[in-house]
Amino acid sequence: MSANEIILDVKDLQTSFKTDTGEVRAVDGVSFQLPKGKTIGIVGESGSGKSITSLSILRLLASNGTIKNGEVLYKGQDLLKFSEAQMRKLRGNEISMIFQEPMTSLNPVYTVGQQISEALILHQNMSKKEAAVRSVELLKLVGIPSPDKRVKNYPFELSGGMRQRVMIAMSLACNPEILIADEPTTALDVTIQAQILELIKDLQERLGMSVIFITHDLGVVAETCDYVAVMYAGQVVEYADVRTLFKEPKLPYTIGLLNSLPRHDIEQDKLEPIQGNVPSPHNMPVGCRFAPRCPAATDLCRAKMPKLETDENGNQIRCWIYSEEWDGESEVNLYGETRIAKGRGTKTVLPD
Amino acid sequence: MTKFIIRRLLQTIPVLLGVTILVFSLMHLVPGDPAQIVAGEGASEQTVENIRERLGLNESIPVQYGTFLGNALQGDLGSSIRSGRPVMEEIGARFWVTVELAFYATLVAVFLGLIAGIVSAVRHYTLADTSIMIAALFGLSMPNFWFGLLLIQWFAIGNWMPESLEFLKMRPSGWGDSWRQIILPVLTLGTGGAAIIARMTRSSMLEVIGQDYIRTARAKGVSERIVTYRHALKNALIPVVTVVGLEFGGFLGGAVLTETIFAINGMGRLTIDAIRTRDFPIVQGTVLVISVIFVLVNLIVDISYRLLNKRIDMN
Ligand SMILES: Nc1ncnc2c1ncn2[C@@H]1O[C@H](COP(=O)(O)OP(=O)(O)O)[C@@H](O)[C@H]1O
Ligand SMILES: [Mg+2]
Repeated sequence: MSANEIILDVKDLQTSFKTDTGEVRAVDGVSFQLPKGKTIGIVGESGSGKSITSLSILRLLASNGTIKNGEVLYKGQDLLKFSEAQMRKLRGNEISMIFQEPMTSLNPVYTVGQQISEALILHQNMSKKEAAVRSVELLKLVGIPSPDKRVKNYPFELSGGMRQRVMIAMSLACNPEILIADEPTTALDVTIQAQILELIKDLQERLGMSVIFITHDLGVVAETCDYVAVMYAGQVVEYADVRTLFKEPKLPYTIGLLNSLPRHDIEQDKLEPIQGNVPSPHNMPVGCRFAPRCPAATDLCRAKMPKLETDENGNQIRCWIYSEEWDGESEVNLYGETRIAKGRGTKTVLPD
Repeated sequence: MTKFIIRRLLQTIPVLLGVTILVFSLMHLVPGDPAQIVAGEGASEQTVENIRERLGLNESIPVQYGTFLGNALQGDLGSSIRSGRPVMEEIGARFWVTVELAFYATLVAVFLGLIAGIVSAVRHYTLADTSIMIAALFGLSMPNFWFGLLLIQWFAIGNWMPESLEFLKMRPSGWGDSWRQIILPVLTLGTGGAAIIARMTRSSMLEVIGQDYIRTARAKGVSERIVTYRHALKNALIPVVTVVGLEFGGFLGGAVLTETIFAINGMGRLTIDAIRTRDFPIVQGTVLVISVIFVLVNLIVDISYRLLNKRIDMN
C-alpha cells in the first residue's frame, strides 16, 4: 500500500450540526486513505455518518453544519484550508460526486444536456456548442441509448436508472481525479443496481479514477472495492484492504456485520443480526460506541474510547482488544469466531 | 395537455352560466319592485310602467333570463337607465382605464415582490429578512384605501410631488398619460400585491434551496449566485406565477376603493356610481364583465401553471 500514491488522506475528521436539541456530532473521528486509482468503500449502517463524511470532504454541508476538526489532504493540500473560490474550482472538476437519490438530484426545469454542459462550460471553458457535443458523448459513455435524443430530455422523461446514469455522466464530465459515489444504487431496482455498479467499475478502470464508494451493503463492497473503511456511529472503526477485511475481520462490529450477511460458501442455520441498536447521536456512550452491543465489552471498553490504531500492515482498527491495555481474556469469542487479543505479555493470564 | 385545456375550457361553461344567473338575479333579489326602485320614490305610475316595460319585467322570470342570456351572448347588455347609452359602450370607455391600472399595479407588485422575496430567502434569518417580512406584513394588513389616502397626503398634498395631484383631474382614457397621474394609485394597489408575492417567493425559494438538485449544482462547482438565480429561482417561480395571475385578476375586479379614492374613471367607479343611482343594467354589466374576466384569468393561470409544472407533475 505504501508504494501507492495517496491521493486523498482524511485525518480525524469531525463534523457537527447545530440543532434545536443541541449539537449533533454526525462525524466524530473519520480517517482513511485513498490510494490513487483505487476504490475505497465506506460501509456503515444508515445514520453512521457516511454522507456527512463525503459532504464534508467537498465542504457542501447544510448551513447548520461545521467541520470542527481534522484534515482532508488532497494531493497533500488540506481542503479545509481552501477558500470557497478554490473549492468551487475543485468541485465537479477534480472531485465530483453522485448522490443516492437519482429521482430528485437533477434539476427538473433543465434538460439533461444543459445540466451536463454546465460543468463543462464552467471548468473546461467550452462553448455551449462544444459542451453540447461532449454531453452526447458522455451520455454514450454511460450507456444511454440514442444519446443525441436523450440529451434534450428533461429529467421527468427518464427512469431512475437512466437518471443515475445521467448523474454519472455529469460527474465524469471534467475527468475528475476522485469520484465520490454516495449509495448510487440504493434507490434503484436490483437489476438496475447491478448495471450501475458494473458501469462505475468499468469507468473507473477505463478512466483511472480514484473512487470513494459509499454503501451500507457489504456485498457490494466485496465486488467493487480495493479498500474498506467501516463506519459506526460517526467514526471509522476498521480500515483494511478488502481481502483482509473479509478474510480476517478484527473488529467485533465488522465480524458481526459479516455474520449477518447471507453466504453461499458455508452452511448457515440462520442469519444472526447484531443485538441492540445504534446509539443516538444525542446520547453517545462515553467509551467505545459499540460497547453496549459488543459481546466482548469490558469495563475498559465502557469507560474509555479506543483510538484508531494502525497495525504493521497499514490496516487500522479502533478496538481495545488489540491494544496493550486490553483487560479481558486473551482469546476472545466474537459471534462464534475466535480472535487473539494482543495482550500484555505475561500479564494476560486467565484468572484460574 | 390539449386534453387538459379542453377539459378546463368545458369546466368554465357551467361557472359562467352560474355567473349569468347570479347577475340576472341581482335585480330580482333586491326587495321590492325593481321598476319602482329604479324610478325612485315619488315617480309617477306612468314612469314606473315605462321602466318596467323597458326592463322587460312584465315577462315571466325564465323568459326574462332567456332574453338576458341571449342578448348577453351577443354582447348586448341593455342600455343604461341614466344615460341611455348601451351598457357595453359605457363599460368599454372605462375598461381600459382599469386594465391599465391593474397592469401597472401588477408590474410594481412583481418587481418589488420578487426582489424582496429573493433577498429575504437568500439572507434568511438575517436583519434584512426580518425587516422585509415585517414590511410585507404591513403591506398585507394595511387596508388599500387607507394607504392610498396616506400616499395622497404625503406626496400630493405634502407638496413632494404636486404633479401627482393631476390624477385628481378626471382621466380622459387609458394609455399614454403621464406616469405621474397613475403612480400613486398604482403604488396603492401594487404594494399590497408585492407583499403577497414577496412572502410567496420567499417560502418557495426556501423550499427549493433545500432540494437535492441544489446540492447537485453546488457539487458541480457552481457559484452561489448561479445556484440562486439559475437553479433555484426558476423552480421557485412556478407557484409564484399563479399568485401573480390571480392578483392581476383581483386588481381588475377589486380596484373599486382605489379608483374611488383617486377619482379614476374605471370600472370600479362605474359600478359604485351605478349602484348609487340604481342603474341596474350597468351594475349587471360590470359585475358580469368582471366575473368573466376573473374566470378567464383563472383559466389562463391554471393552464400556464400546468405548462410550467408539467415536467415535475408527471412523475
Ligand atoms: N442537516 C443536519 N442537521 C442535523 N443533523 C444532521 C444533518 N444532516 C445529517 N445529520 C445527522 O448526521 C448523522 C449522519 O447522517 P448521514 O451521514 O446522512 O448518515 P448515512 O451514513 O446514512 O449517510 C445522522 O444522525 C443525521 O441525523
Ligand atoms: Mg447517506
